[in-house]
Amino acid sequence: MAKTIVEARGLHKHFGALHVLKGVDLDVAERELVFVIGPSGSGKSTLLRCLNRLEEPSAGSVVVDGIDLLDPKTDINHARQRIGMVFQSFNLYPHMTALGNVTLALRKVAGKSRAEADAIGRKALERVGLADRADHTPGQLSGGQQQRVAIARAIALEPRVMLFDEPTSALDPELVGSVLGVMRDLRADGMTMVVVSHEMGFARAAADRVLFMDHGVVVEEGPPAAIFENPTQDRTRAFISQIQRH
Amino acid sequence: MSTWERFLDTFFNAKVMARYLPDILSGVVVTIELAVLIVISGLAAGLALALLRSLGVRPLNWLIVFVVDLFRSLPPLVIIVLMYFGLPAAGLSPSGFVSTWLSLAFVLMAFSEEIFWAGITSIPKGQWEASRSTGLSYGQTLMNVVLPQALRLTIPPLTNRTIAITKGTALGTVVAVTEILGQASSAVSNSYNPSPLMMGAAAYIVLFFPVVVAGRWIETKFAWKR
Repeated sequence: MAKTIVEARGLHKHFGALHVLKGVDLDVAERELVFVIGPSGSGKSTLLRCLNRLEEPSAGSVVVDGIDLLDPKTDINHARQRIGMVFQSFNLYPHMTALGNVTLALRKVAGKSRAEADAIGRKALERVGLADRADHTPGQLSGGQQQRVAIARAIALEPRVMLFDEPTSALDPELVGSVLGVMRDLRADGMTMVVVSHEMGFARAAADRVLFMDHGVVVEEGPPAAIFENPTQDRTRAFISQIQRH
Repeated sequence: MSTWERFLDTFFNAKVMARYLPDILSGVVVTIELAVLIVISGLAAGLALALLRSLGVRPLNWLIVFVVDLFRSLPPLVIIVLMYFGLPAAGLSPSGFVSTWLSLAFVLMAFSEEIFWAGITSIPKGQWEASRSTGLSYGQTLMNVVLPQALRLTIPPLTNRTIAITKGTALGTVVAVTEILGQASSAVSNSYNPSPLMMGAAAYIVLFFPVVVAGRWIETKFAWKR
């Protein structure tokens, strides 16, 4: 039995009167790739953001790699190094080069010297196929390249799990492939991943498990083939057929 | 004497100008001293207030906003006069120089706090989230990610405001500060000729024109490639 990396229990999240998560459980095993799908407003991004406490859950527990994230004694900044996150809008620092983006946390949080950080940073950029773009600023890179730098920024810290929040939604269609390619490589290297995305083709090919969320609950989960071909719930069926019509 | 000669004799009288040049120059020195003190202390205090405000402590922020709004709404001249003539009643007797410095520094603090604050809040939330998600603390994110971007945005409005307020050093004349305008106007009353005033105007241009140009240069230098 593989080690459990992410263990979320009974997650609730309220935004004022809005009840966005209504008791969600999520276990992710080491080397597993879990895909989360669902209509907008279903709570899937909020779930992801609770896993590194960018969003404070209203109730429930989150344990990542044995660290209780909601324990007041936990050093959240230390814990977050183990949880990489990639955002829909890349969120690269525009005033730094690609290498500067990748090395900032290495120097400031992991305590590496500039030389050490640069060496690790260049290796990370190489892994995403952008070794030759180290000195470019985000403004000089395409969307796909920016997102790959963002992935490099996260993997440089050697996280135990990577969270992807709609990583390809802001990209032009012809740039999506390069980002998915990097994610596929990460998967092949055994990275544990939780992906919120509408890339159904990628989900089919790479996911171990697919969760379908709606209205703040996990409606159905299972292997991609089962969810996509034979969903048992009406809501899942409706969503899948709608997605596939496009 | 032709009209033109009379004009020159009145406004650009060489004899008068030569006589009062040393006074004007000593006024320039006082203006520079005042300006440097106001800019450094005003901007430092403004930035400090903006950083304090970013911590989001409610009662503290109410206080900051109140102080800032107060100094933004009072005319600088009123603050200078209140400080110079009012503080002695409280047992403090600041000189005209100190009154002018502190008054204008408070005004610059108030305006620059608002500008720094606008710069900080204009940085997208995603920048904070990306930085925090890699483990940087609030303070590290502010110093390494948010402020470097915010400061670049604030340079143009900050330059304008700083120049406008620094020119207010001329208000020091009312509390007997011997800066450029003070020297020029006493020279005018002593010589019965307005030429020293023209020298004063020239001195302001010589002093502030490079500042304006420098502001423009900083703007282009710190703009990053998008």
